[in-house]
Amino acid sequence: MSASALIVFAKRECQTCTMLESLFGALARSNDAPARFYVQDDPEFLGALGAVYDADLEQSFRAGIETVPTLIRYEDGCEVARTDGWDRAEWRRITGIAELGAGLPVFRPGCGSKSVEPGVAEHLRARFGDTGLLARPVEIGEWDDPVEACFERGWSDGLPVTPPTDARILRMLAGTRRQPDEIVGKVPPNLAECTVEKAAINAVMAGCKPEYLPVVLAALEAALKPIFTMHGLLCTTCFSGPVIVVNGPIAKRIGMNWGINALGQGNRANATIGRALQLIIRNVGGGRPGELDRATLGGPGKYTFCFAEDETDPAWTPLAVARGIARGKSAVTLFQGDGIQGFVDQRSRTPEELTRSLAMSLVAVAHPKLAQFTNAMLVLSPEHYAIFRAAGWNRARIESELHRALTRPGKDLVHGAQGVGEGIAPARAGEMVPKFWPDGLLIVRAGGAAGLFSAILAGWTGGRFRDESQPVTTEIRE
Amino acid sequence: MKNELLRDPTAETAPLRRARRAPPATLAGITVGLLDIGKTRSDEFLDRVEMRLGERGLVTRRYKKPTNAKTAPLELLQKIAAEAAVVVIGLSD
Repeated sequence: MSASALIVFAKRECQTCTMLESLFGALARSNDAPARFYVQDDPEFLGALGAVYDADLEQSFRAGIETVPTLIRYEDGCEVARTDGWDRAEWRRITGIAELGAGLPVFRPGCGSKSVEPGVAEHLRARFGDTGLLARPVEIGEWDDPVEACFERGWSDGLPVTPPTDARILRMLAGTRRQPDEIVGKVPPNLAECTVEKAAINAVMAGCKPEYLPVVLAALEAALKPIFTMHGLLCTTCFSGPVIVVNGPIAKRIGMNWGINALGQGNRANATIGRALQLIIRNVGGGRPGELDRATLGGPGKYTFCFAEDETDPAWTPLAVARGIARGKSAVTLFQGDGIQGFVDQRSRTPEELTRSLAMSLVAVAHPKLAQFTNAMLVLSPEHYAIFRAAGWNRARIESELHRALTRPGKDLVHGAQGVGEGIAPARAGEMVPKFWPDGLLIVRAGGAAGLFSAILAGWTGGRFRDESQPVTTEIRE
Repeated sequence: MKNELLRDPTAETAPLRRARRAPPATLAGITVGLLDIGKTRSDEFLDRVEMRLGERGLVTRRYKKPTNAKTAPLELLQKIAAEAAVVVIGLSD
């Protein structure tokens, strides 16, 4: 004869469980298969039946409980039947008690198990399960502050990081369908392989939510494309770092900011996605200031520089679409950029005036006498854009008119011209010289509704090797 | 209280320190490589070095990285290793 046992998981907070309280008493007294009870929330609940208080939810986790009540039947130590909620026929079949719950309704749904509440499941998996994580565990002393421990190990960009515990990493990894051991690429300067897991660890530290992880991974992929030249961008003596522009539906879905203060602080997604990329470069790639990061002055954008484009005007072609991504898809564009040069024009009222005015500021990128030396990003504010839009100018028109306004006689730009040594090669004195290559001026729409101010982001000087270094746009895989 | 467990966010690699090669006793009879890493005016610096070494009757050979922004391609490193005994790298702007 086989040894039968019944196990019931319940909690007092669940009305279906409390409805079954007297029935549980009958089960406890059953001679055929005595029931054992685990309660999740109240040590007194079913106390008279000798219920075990599953305070740390270990038993609930190990039994894979998703709903309470759950009834499980074991034969010789092996599970042979299970039901959750109250389904009278099922309970009668599993317990073998024909008249069980005769006065009760036929059916009542159960409640969610405490072991699968948001944030709890990953804790339980980290504590009692197999996390599958491969990164080296680092044990922090009982009295040590984990945030300080991260500082001491050199894992921080100078601001506090969120300590990467297993539960947080598992939660982060739930933000992507990609496998944790997938190698995203080799991160400069050390060209160390970076797995999805390592990216997730750094995303935790940066403060990302799991739903940002696909954007972080896409930004990392873009940064690791050879044509982006992340190695040089990290090692440079210049100010530059990766500037991330997010396009497509994901920007709205994860709550990114393209409006007021879009280039500034205050939005978690903007702030932490850019920071995660920089932490990966630092921690996985080994790119640390004063070592292989040789920036003379650097810039605040090297903590984080990430924002979304304003795509609320259907007439506007978003940056990613202009760069070959299908409409409706999400993408990141990485641009090798410096900080912000403010452009103030509160007087121009026609697109022609505004174009000339913008050109006057854009020629200053790198140096007014240099041309085809760096790229630039122009972040066009709503009020400036409105002037173009009212005249029917779309992205292509604005770009072509700006390029025309930015084309100047070479004789004014050559070395020594205008009494300044810097400039273009003397051989180009007879040419008309455009400031930027045709694809070297990236226009993005962002900003708050009020203010005739736009922003110019100078590109990195490495951009002068046009065949070696260019901005990169990559679709986001979710 | 319980000890907290974190996960290492780094590549978990350790640097390998290699001993420097001993410099040659003399440059006579060997080829001195001159590597332009692609920074602005690197060529001017190396032109001068080449001229000075040439005045002493030494053999030089010029090399150039496609850009300073990336590490040198493997083929270039192998070519330099095969052809030159020592290398002067023009790091200047």
